[in-house]
Amino acid sequence: MRIGVLALQGAFREHIDQLARLSVDAVEVRLPKHLAGVDALVIPGGESTTIRKLMTDYKLIGPIGSAIKGGLPVLGTCAGMIVCAKRVDGEEVPGIGGLDVELRRNAFGRQVDSFEADVDVPILGTQPFHGVFIRAPVVESVQPEVKILAQLKDGRIVAVRQGAVVGIAFHPELTDDDRFHRYFLKLVKEAHPVTSAAW
Amino acid sequence: MERGTLTVKVGHAEMLKGGVIMDVINADQARIAEDAGACAVMALERVPSDIRAQGGVARMTDPQIIRDIMDAVTIPVMAKCRIGHFVEAQILQELGVDYVDESEVLTPADDRYHIDKRKFTVPFVCGARDLGEALRRIAEGAAMIRTKGEAGSGNIVEATRHVRTVLGSIRRLHGLGDEELVAEAKELGAPFELVREVAKAGKLPVVNFAAGGVATPADAALMMQLGSEGVFVGSGVFKSEDPEARARAIVRAVTFFQDPEVLLEVSRGLGEPMRGIDLATLRPEEVLSTRGW
Repeated sequence: MRIGVLALQGAFREHIDQLARLSVDAVEVRLPKHLAGVDALVIPGGESTTIRKLMTDYKLIGPIGSAIKGGLPVLGTCAGMIVCAKRVDGEEVPGIGGLDVELRRNAFGRQVDSFEADVDVPILGTQPFHGVFIRAPVVESVQPEVKILAQLKDGRIVAVRQGAVVGIAFHPELTDDDRFHRYFLKLVKEAHPVTSAAW
Repeated sequence: MERGTLTVKVGHAEMLKGGVIMDVINADQARIAEDAGACAVMALERVPSDIRAQGGVARMTDPQIIRDIMDAVTIPVMAKCRIGHFVEAQILQELGVDYVDESEVLTPADDRYHIDKRKFTVPFVCGARDLGEALRRIAEGAAMIRTKGEAGSGNIVEATRHVRTVLGSIRRLHGLGDEELVAEAKELGAPFELVREVAKAGKLPVVNFAAGGVATPADAALMMQLGSEGVFVGSGVFKSEDPEARARAIVRAVTFFQDPEVLLEVSRGLGEPMRGIDLATLRPEEVLSTRGW
């Protein structure tokens, strides 16, 4: 298995390290040619405006968008989830797609409102996940094909899945808890039923 | 739900990595920086080269100017307070800036003590010339370090020296025994526990950017290849002939810092860079990087 990690800007190193701890081969993706041979893509946290501009300039939107349509599994954390969302801050955004959701950026406020909180994520078991929320977005509404994976106690949606695309508003890569990454690897294997027998 | 923890402070800097933070003095410049792909902006009344040229006491920027910049962009906004001026920092926190830079570019307000940054919810970035200075700032609660360079000079030599000094010291500590680290801690003037943490991890416990003299895409990529995790550009963008083009080029140079093909392409046709200063011509009191201790 070979997982690409979009390395245009942000905390891509942390995802690569977490995947390495799970003995997964992770490669940095900065140009379309780096997508060759990649079985899945992680889009890290960072500044979503910056990542989106660099994706556009270096012509990554088209190839990643069509790969997602073809079933490429994607894990997007924070900014990574934002660039997968079809609607952001009340507007349709042309992009790679993947998540048919309406999303609000900086939904909790500015950096002084960033926080840590335990989040219930039923698919990961009964133990709550320690969420690090940094200028985090929330999902305001989802289309029927989108599954909600986690909500805060006040009901706000902070993790979703649509097919093999997973979006998380917080940062599992900043913690030692690898359950979200392992969950994603399971989806990657399901998406590649034939080749995964050899992994 | 916990706010203002070290994890969210340092975590925010983690999200800025691989990015460029640009000095801006108004909403128009902030929008240009954002459009170019800056990962954050530093809101200022005057860029360092103008502070240098105009002289006088340099203080925190008028909060209204910072507010206008915050309203103009969605990327994070940082602002500077004077070294030791914890009230300016309180005001900036109240205003809601995303990061406070306790900066030697402004005139120091305290000649003995830096701010106790652990008391704040807002995270701080601080300048450092060497590992001891970096670790003292981290001990005070800084969640991000930037090597100082020489702000407003357009000359990369000091930035190079400071990055090499900090990262070279970390490499030397790696692998030393505890008894040796006690002596190193004394030498560095830094807390032993932090020195040991750095020796073990082989890196600072916080994110480390370079600053002070970046004027070209090549300068920015040089900082990255030397081991910085991102770059601050002060006067280098808006004191050049074509700020839009230069800002975009520097952002791309930081992303593709190891790719000479992209570096060549983004370095072409940018017009005149900022003029720059031969540092040997500065009088000692004109050197900004020696402020702070």
